[in-house]
Amino acid sequence: MNAIILTAVWGIVMMFGGVFFKKKTTALYWAVAGLVLVLALNCYELVQPAWFLNKTEYRVLFNIDVKEMLHFNSFNLTFISIMLVCTLFYFLLNGRDIEKVGDSVSEYFALIFFVLCGVSIAATFNTLLTLFLGIEIMSIPLYILTGSDKRNLKSNEAALKYFLMGSFSTGIMLMGIAFVYGGNSNGSFFIDAINLGDGKIPPLVGVGLVFLLIAMAFKVSAAPFHFWTPDVYDGAPTVFTSFMATIVKAAGFIAFIRLFENAFGKVHLQWQALIAVITAATLLIGNITAVFQQSVKRMLAYSSIAQAGFMLLAIFAMNETAKEGLVLYAAAYSLATIGIFAILIKMNDYTIDGFNGLAKQQPVLAVTAAVFLLSLTGIPLTAGFQAKFFMLVAALKNGHQHWLVVFAVLCAAVSAYYYFKIIQAIFFKEGSDVAANDWDISNGFKILLIIVSMLIILLGLFPTLITEWLHY
Amino acid sequence: MFGNSITIPHLLIFIPVIAGLVTFFIKSESGAKTWSLLAAFITLGVSAASLVYSKNNELNGLTFNYEWLKHIGASFAVSLDGTGRLLTFLTAVSFPIIFIATYKNSYKSSNVFYGLMLLSQAGLMGVFVASDALLFYFFWELALVPVYFLCSRWGGERRIQATFKFFVYTFAGSLLMLIGIIYVYLHTSPVLDPNTHAIVVEHSFSMSYFHGVLLSPSQQNWLFWLFFIAFAVKMPIFPFHTWQPDTYEQSPTAVTMVLSGVMVKMGLFGVIRWILPVFPQAVIKFDNVVIGLSVVGMIYASLIAIKQDDLKRFAAYSSIAHIGLMCAAIFTAKSIALEGVMVQMFNHGINIIGLWIVIGLIEKQLGVRKISQLGGVAHRAPVLTIMLVVIAFANIALPLTNAFVGEFMMFTGLFQFNIWYTVFAGISIILAAVYTLNMVQKVFFGENNDLTASMTDISLNEKFILVVVLVLIFFVGVYPQPFFDLTKDSIALLLTRFK
Repeated sequence: MNAIILTAVWGIVMMFGGVFFKKKTTALYWAVAGLVLVLALNCYELVQPAWFLNKTEYRVLFNIDVKEMLHFNSFNLTFISIMLVCTLFYFLLNGRDIEKVGDSVSEYFALIFFVLCGVSIAATFNTLLTLFLGIEIMSIPLYILTGSDKRNLKSNEAALKYFLMGSFSTGIMLMGIAFVYGGNSNGSFFIDAINLGDGKIPPLVGVGLVFLLIAMAFKVSAAPFHFWTPDVYDGAPTVFTSFMATIVKAAGFIAFIRLFENAFGKVHLQWQALIAVITAATLLIGNITAVFQQSVKRMLAYSSIAQAGFMLLAIFAMNETAKEGLVLYAAAYSLATIGIFAILIKMNDYTIDGFNGLAKQQPVLAVTAAVFLLSLTGIPLTAGFQAKFFMLVAALKNGHQHWLVVFAVLCAAVSAYYYFKIIQAIFFKEGSDVAANDWDISNGFKILLIIVSMLIILLGLFPTLITEWLHY
Repeated sequence: MFGNSITIPHLLIFIPVIAGLVTFFIKSESGAKTWSLLAAFITLGVSAASLVYSKNNELNGLTFNYEWLKHIGASFAVSLDGTGRLLTFLTAVSFPIIFIATYKNSYKSSNVFYGLMLLSQAGLMGVFVASDALLFYFFWELALVPVYFLCSRWGGERRIQATFKFFVYTFAGSLLMLIGIIYVYLHTSPVLDPNTHAIVVEHSFSMSYFHGVLLSPSQQNWLFWLFFIAFAVKMPIFPFHTWQPDTYEQSPTAVTMVLSGVMVKMGLFGVIRWILPVFPQAVIKFDNVVIGLSVVGMIYASLIAIKQDDLKRFAAYSSIAHIGLMCAAIFTAKSIALEGVMVQMFNHGINIIGLWIVIGLIEKQLGVRKISQLGGVAHRAPVLTIMLVVIAFANIALPLTNAFVGEFMMFTGLFQFNIWYTVFAGISIILAAVYTLNMVQKVFFGENNDLTASMTDISLNEKFILVVVLVLIFFVGVYPQPFFDLTKDSIALLLTRFK
């Protein structure tokens, strides 16, 4: 509860703060301060049950009776904490670059706080209505952020495209909710109280399920609903692409798995084949198309589709390992992607050749970029490996459709191709373009990159640091 | 001698890791060289200690178990059995030899070069001591990463493409193996608490649980291939070998020595450690396929080696032929063949490193390694020639040299298995004599040309290191018994799975 209320409040604070902030940088300080506050209070809520185990009273700062419309447990709260930590790194790494996007800096931060509010709701919803609220609160600020580079035509186009496609999928989601509500005899919005009938699922609920599946697949950019992703990610200001591709996408996945586990988990086998096809298509399209990209930014957009394919394995498998793995994956993927985007923003030239010879110019950036890319590829010793490993264990444990697992690892091998193209450019090619770069890099930025990559390696060695909290 | 917390396998892994990480920060070239050589010698000392370590308290200093990921039953479990000791010793011997042999080469940013070399040594050690499937996979991939950077950064002209091909091949193979590991893991029996008999974890990655797993023949059949492809790529076995000549040719000589001397043993070791005990029925079912592929590969590689003009590619194909024989011998699952494989894994490492040293010396002095451009080296460099001829004899497996012992035993096993395979494999031995002697003749004898006229003989440290190689060749050739003693227990244990 703390996170939902505080992010909303702090979003408003940031919005009005824009009037009073004299300097651009002030907004960043306020945003970081607010985020640390939210994070601290969310963690406080997380450890609460253990501290006061003997007392029945559940003490949190804001104890509002939500009639069980939102559900808080250690899994949800841990996920929110992880996302807040990722956002904190994102603010610290990209703060200066957010200031460069336009004049209304504090509004950008305000919008990000609203997105975080949506993320928190999407992670804790317990009814179809709160799900809808969460997804929408998460999406609408993003439409604005995508178009925040007002004078850039591509940014405008991306925002419009995102908005149109996004509202379309929202419509489908609402229709799905209506079908599920109307079709089940319990007449309940609560996700765990939907009557799925005995044996075969009732037709109306089935239609609603498919609509919800489509809407969620759109939000997490799964094929064949992924077409907006490359254009939007490419068109949006790079700082916001980084945010969209990581925290928002991870939240979409948590909403996805929570919805389908709690609402439709009992009839898992009836829709599993559908998810298997979507997963395979996402993996194939994401990986194959990424191979042919020349622009790193666009390549990362496709790679985010490919990674989404791997995360879909969790929804395909739908067991405890899958849930643990998904949170781990969300953390591993977000940290690595935020890191690589932070480095990308510092480059003048977004093509792969633009990275040529980076190792000579900026060894710290080069080595940390290598860690991020190795993690995205899934090489042991990085968090990315553990995440992929958990996914594979979950998918194999599930016991059906083994072909999908083989297909997934072959796609992972393809992904090595395009991630290593950047590594090759950084370390093994000589470049003059990089030399022309006017490096605007502080020591703090380098230290942060090192911290993020250390964190990735730490999670690669001890993934239990995250997974243990889920069953706290 | 050692406590329960720090054991020999630990030292073998962590000495190179720590030394490697330190090397990154040594800016001076000679400092980095000396430091890494020192570290390599310390590792060698530890490894030698493990060979003589008394058998009575074998469990005390050689195995270690730390619950790493408790929930899923993976642990940091390391142990040294006979096979492991042999191969860690090979790894430990190789690196000082490689460092001394290439001592005069200078590299751009040499601290990074030597740091990565030591890290790759750590990865190799890890593979050979891991007794937990997940840990094995961890090290299996980790050994690859430093080598990838080494080849791509310091290699020849086409290094980036060649190394990348190598990387993608092995990465794809390893990922398939990962599926296999997870699948077997999900079929292992639950881990029970020794006192209460309550289930602690559902499944375990531990090697003993893997060896005790019950799999139906049909499951074994497809799992076998998931594992085998990963190992076949690494060895490499025909038709998975195409990355190898390119990579050997393009890599810097020191890295090629690591690759061919030690790294290919990872594949053979993987078969012995994981495939034979876990999938015995599938091994019996597919033995003809694998041995057939190996024998075809032997003849194929030998024929290509005859036509090679580039010395590095020549050695690469010669290596494929030798590895083919070892792989065939493993799949006979005969005791004598396996003993031969064990000793031959060590010998092949020594011989091929010796061959690379000679090739490296020629290339460094003359700048070429085309057989057609060389000739008459013997007139200018008699010492080098003597050394090379001995190594060449070992390559053909003449009696008195180390390879004779191993190959003889492997052929005996193969003969017990099927006489026809022995006939065709035997042809490749004749071919080996053809290509090796042909190379010796063209490069070392005959008339000097303009290029080789300027050749000088080798210097003291090069002499020293080649003498070490020669001593090892003759020692094992004359007195191989210690190696048999070392590995006979693990082979006996292995073969119980086939009864």
